[in-house]
Amino acid sequence: MKVAVCMKEVPDAAAAKRLDPQTFRLDRRGESSLNAFDTNALEEALRLRDAGAATEVVVVSMGPARAMDSLRKALAMGADRALLVSDEAAAGSDLVATSAVLAKAVEREAPDLVLFGQQAGDSDGAVLWAAVADRLRLPMVSQAASLEVAGGKARVKRQTEHGYDLIEAPLPCVVAVSDAINEPRYPSLKGIMGAKSKPQETLSLADLGVAPGDAGEAGSRTEVYALAPPPPRGESQKLVDDGGNSAEKILAYLVEKKLA
Amino acid sequence: MSILVYVETYDGEPQRNSLGVLSRASRLGGDVTALVFGSGEAAGTLGRYGARRVLVADDPALAAPLPQPRVDVLARLVAERGFDTVLFAASVLASDVAAALAARLDAGLNWDLTDLELREGRLVGKRPALGDSVVADVGWTSTPRLALVRSGAFEPVETDGEADVERVAVEIEAWSCRAVMLEQAHEESGGPSIEEADVIVAGGRGLGKPENFALVEELAKALGGAVAATRAVVDAGWYPYSTQVGQTGRVVSPKLYIACGISGAIQHKVGMQGSGVIVAVNKDPNAPIFEFCDLGVVGDLHEIVPKLTELVRQRRS
Repeated sequence: MKVAVCMKEVPDAAAAKRLDPQTFRLDRRGESSLNAFDTNALEEALRLRDAGAATEVVVVSMGPARAMDSLRKALAMGADRALLVSDEAAAGSDLVATSAVLAKAVEREAPDLVLFGQQAGDSDGAVLWAAVADRLRLPMVSQAASLEVAGGKARVKRQTEHGYDLIEAPLPCVVAVSDAINEPRYPSLKGIMGAKSKPQETLSLADLGVAPGDAGEAGSRTEVYALAPPPPRGESQKLVDDGGNSAEKILAYLVEKKLA
Repeated sequence: MSILVYVETYDGEPQRNSLGVLSRASRLGGDVTALVFGSGEAAGTLGRYGARRVLVADDPALAAPLPQPRVDVLARLVAERGFDTVLFAASVLASDVAAALAARLDAGLNWDLTDLELREGRLVGKRPALGDSVVADVGWTSTPRLALVRSGAFEPVETDGEADVERVAVEIEAWSCRAVMLEQAHEESGGPSIEEADVIVAGGRGLGKPENFALVEELAKALGGAVAATRAVVDAGWYPYSTQVGQTGRVVSPKLYIACGISGAIQHKVGMQGSGVIVAVNKDPNAPIFEFCDLGVVGDLHEIVPKLTELVRQRRS
């Protein structure tokens, strides 16, 4: 069984993020890392391979050329191969445009199982898998709290607002996992050393047969008009505790707010 | 504008967030149609929330809350009846439906909207971004325009309106039915709901082990409040699902929310950011929760929480 894991490079969580005031796009010049939510999807794929259910784990991504540096971290964790779609004409893609490109890349790999993380740490988008699955006409399950693959079927415990559902889908299918499904592993030293020599392929839109008009701003159907600061929440206080001494300060605060 | 609002039901009941979106849509003006899946027993009441017409799509393939058969129905309705705007209240199900519909119709989807307004005849959405540090005005460059509205963004407003109810023909593609529901979740009832509590004390992974929920329970008891949990500890089996606050749990807005050992992941934040006063205790000074709490304490909750419980008890006795 071949597993494709869709991953995204995002600005590092510790770095200050900003939107470019001209283009309203996220400024991606600073430190970057793998979207942490996607490492849950990769971990789940690696576990399937460790258990003998999967034979190959390929990471599929779309982003600037230097995103391959982040994908190498996925290779260091244990992925077998990385495929990056990188093209100037794909910059600024919204959901429909991104899903059109990613669907083509996934289709080219023809995996038995396609995994996604639960959201993008930069845009908070939590919808891409559904758009990709629709383009590929594949069954899809999201918010997987657990995943079992056996007998040509994926069995997913899905968490919703109402509790846990149990859903089954035949392979090939698309599953988006939650960040509570596992604890992603750290790359081993051997993994880090070996990552560089694993296959890494960068493709253009033309390589995938995506028309320029289907990607980037031309393929997008949404836009950003303006940015503004959020309404203030009121002033917030921060204390550093010393041996439990802040308990009294919390109580005083609650009393002041008439909450205790 | 010709607006279609997807109204989600659970056990036949229209969900509050969907009614809120319906109310907002009717205030935007234009012709508002609601779509419900299933037997449609609630369809007649939707006129009170602003729908002029209610479409009911009922089919065995639509019985389970799975997204793909719903996309087939929506895609056909939008194409045949020319709706230019389709609005959804965000949920696990609605988000999947909306995104798949966007791909199917090559339509723009804006998500996580906290408001929708008409500006010079143009529909504009408000979307907080980068951990709510900035608010973007977003729009669409073509029709149909699809939007997912953040949970709790709009209150349902009841009027004396009435709607015509129409059953629509349903055609579902075979591939859309390949995912099947084996067991559907059933909410356990019983116990006071955390949605109604004035004070909530919540525990997360920072508690270290399930037994330490006793610290949270004691503080909640001293304050006369309810206990809540994060998704991480619920999935780990430390605390029941019925207490989970967040995107896939309950959305709560108590007067006081005390977060113990909770980092403040967006999944959790969505469920509690409407609280009156938020107090957070966490040993990690960089935890995101410190960016949206009113009083943040960097320290060891195992020391602070029992002391606070004792102080509250003394004050109350």
